[in-house]
Amino acid sequence: MIRLALLALLAFGGAAQAGAQPQPQNGDFTEKLEIGTSTDEIAITSDFRGADLTIFGAIDGSDSNLLAQGKYNVVVTLEGPKDNATVRKNERVFGIWVKTLSMTFELVPESYSLASTRDIGTIAPPRVIANTGIGVDHLRLEPLGLIGDGGNLVEFRNAFRRVREDSGVYQRDPGGVQFISSSLFKASLRLPANVPNGVHFVHAYLFRDGMFVVAKALPLRVVKTGLEQAITRAAHDQPIIYGLFAVALAIMTGWGASVVFRKD
Amino acid sequence: MSIYLPIAELSVNILIILGMGAAVGFLSGMFGVGGGFLITPLLIFYNIPPVVAVATGANQVVASSISGAITHFRRGTIDIKLGTVLLCGGLVGATLGVWLFSILRRMGQLDLVISLLYVVLLGSVGGLMLWESIGAMRKTAKNKPTQLRRPGQHNWIHGLPLKMRFKKSKIYLSVIPVATLGFCIGILTSVMGVGGGFIMVPAMIYLLRIPTSVVVGTSLFQIVFVSAYTVIVQASTNYTVDIVLAFVLMIAGVIGAQYGVRVGQRLRGEQLRALLALLVLAVGIRLSIELIIPPKDIYSVVSGGDGSR
Repeated sequence: MIRLALLALLAFGGAAQAGAQPQPQNGDFTEKLEIGTSTDEIAITSDFRGADLTIFGAIDGSDSNLLAQGKYNVVVTLEGPKDNATVRKNERVFGIWVKTLSMTFELVPESYSLASTRDIGTIAPPRVIANTGIGVDHLRLEPLGLIGDGGNLVEFRNAFRRVREDSGVYQRDPGGVQFISSSLFKASLRLPANVPNGVHFVHAYLFRDGMFVVAKALPLRVVKTGLEQAITRAAHDQPIIYGLFAVALAIMTGWGASVVFRKD
Repeated sequence: MSIYLPIAELSVNILIILGMGAAVGFLSGMFGVGGGFLITPLLIFYNIPPVVAVATGANQVVASSISGAITHFRRGTIDIKLGTVLLCGGLVGATLGVWLFSILRRMGQLDLVISLLYVVLLGSVGGLMLWESIGAMRKTAKNKPTQLRRPGQHNWIHGLPLKMRFKKSKIYLSVIPVATLGFCIGILTSVMGVGGGFIMVPAMIYLLRIPTSVVVGTSLFQIVFVSAYTVIVQASTNYTVDIVLAFVLMIAGVIGAQYGVRVGQRLRGEQLRALLALLVLAVGIRLSIELIIPPKDIYSVVSGGDGSR
């Protein structure tokens, strides 16, 4: 449904959002990257089961020879809002599993999806990829507070990535970006059902022959709508009234049932 | 068919939630219990975050206890004075419980404490109930009269000071054990999302020797107010009451309960108690397995936290 809607939007509006936020460009390159998303807002409704986001982009000033040889590669990421994340390790204590050690990483994205024309390992040398910070493996994971000698830092970082990937909030799709003409590309990203609310960022990175050329970013808002939003807002802004309402609802339901089902 | 839970922030299958609510409602109607001790673990098994499961469970308890409380009030089988003393202890206990809940949550140990408490409580209560009901069934089989309590028998509790006369219950009892009982149940309500009837009723009968005729009504009186209070406090301190989840559960629950009552009336008391005991033990065993088997991943990640541990 959402995908259809996005395509329909595209047919009418084209890359409506294209051209926002120009970013500094490497002096050695003449290529420019333009991207657009068919929507700048994803609504979480009561039947939300995830959504597909399609991102369109164009490479301007490209070298047609290099294009023909497939030397251009594009990586598109969708980075969720950032929050601290605490990793806890379970250990067996007296026969039961107890969380013992923990480490908190500072401001990491709540979700992260990546689509690329090829596997990112084959797009550019590891050092180049690491510099751009693309990919779950290159997310900045800085521990907060005291971590002792830091001997288990690698262990906790790896665990963090693995847990987030297993739960589907961090994902990658090599092949998720396709060229639809010589210089136009389309990227499909899947937003999981448990996608966090807030402002997400679409980043697109262009590589030429293993070298990073230029990047572009666009915001994407993921918002609860209608009743869901009203409930969340009430729960946080008017918690006592919300609590009273929850109790009133329970009293009405319980009392109502006893009236409806009364035999006499 | 899925439904998005705005506070738990996840999509669930509405049919499963309805089924859970109806099944627990049926059992609670059949056994005359609130069902909080079943709904909270079931929600946890269904991957609802324990923080939400507990607070929402307390909300469901309000719905499932209110009609019983009204019925008992009409019949005049509530000792309001005794209930009020219980309630005073209960409110203090619930306040302390919600505070403990927040601290444990910040430490990341809440899930473990909830599971441990459930295992200990369900294991011991289920075990005792099973023992007692099997004993009663044996006696009936041998045609001996069953006697739950001998009137006039006193224990140390009746020697405590601050005595008060409870006219409806026709007892003269210290307020200390009554308020203490209410206090303990209040903590359980806020930390575990249970009404606590399955502990309060036996404690009132066997320890405080309150006449059985007013026990159920009075305990329901306390449960309604303490769980309602817990819901409000949880909502305003931890923001974990999911009203959508609670509403689906209580609608299915109150309907299920009506049918459960009808089945329950056809079973004999001790058989009913033995069945309930087995059910309680089964939930406890299921939870303890979760604690013992190695987790799928020995690491877990939660959002938030400031690194202070």
